[in-house]
Amino acid sequence: MKIEVRYFASLVEHTGVEVESVEVAPGDDVTALWDRLVKRHPKLGEIGFHPMAACDMEYAGWDRALEGVKEVAFLPPVSGG
Amino acid sequence: MVRLQGDPIRAEDLIVEVRGDGDGAVALFLGTVRNHNAGRRVLYLEYHAYPGMAEREMERIEHDAAKRYGASRIAIVHRTGRLEVGEVSVAVAVASPHRAEATDACRFVIDTLKKTVPIWKKEYFEGGAVWIEGGEDTPAG
Repeated sequence: MKIEVRYFASLVEHTGVEVESVEVAPGDDVTALWDRLVKRHPKLGEIGFHPMAACDMEYAGWDRALEGVKEVAFLPPVSGG
Repeated sequence: MVRLQGDPIRAEDLIVEVRGDGDGAVALFLGTVRNHNAGRRVLYLEYHAYPGMAEREMERIEHDAAKRYGASRIAIVHRTGRLEVGEVSVAVAVASPHRAEATDACRFVIDTLKKTVPIWKKEYFEGGAVWIEGGEDTPAG
């Protein structure tokens, strides 16, 4: 199944794209997805922080299963205000 | 009421939006772009949000604050795009019958927003730019 992956802030500089479509395997969770993304964009493996994940616009743990999820976003520590 | 907007924030409008005749207090917080950060001279900021999720998180804060402090009405507005020094980047207005609920709720809203709402600032200074992420600077290309 395919899901949309979105990147924000400095992560976009490591991937070169804000959004992309990624094929995931049944049983994949957020951690498995991230491992696929690091293979695709090796610079993601060099970031000095653990991004937050959001599934369909809700914060989610990295053990969240992707079954039924349409969009996953990776979020650096926020800095609004 | 929560909103992301590219246009300048008009604080007076927010006061009118939240205040009702049963309210004796309106607390207003404005975040503004300052001209220095971490020893650097700031030229301007660029705010990037995750549209959809940012509003959702702001609504969550609005509801939590209303319930927790008994505020009558709350407005939370955040700018996106390029902001010059001195511009208002975020505004929180809270109306309540008495002042304690309004000031406490206002403080809660801005403190929580800064921790949970998916918005980031990119700081442009003399000689470069950095993403501000949490308390850290990340070099920007």
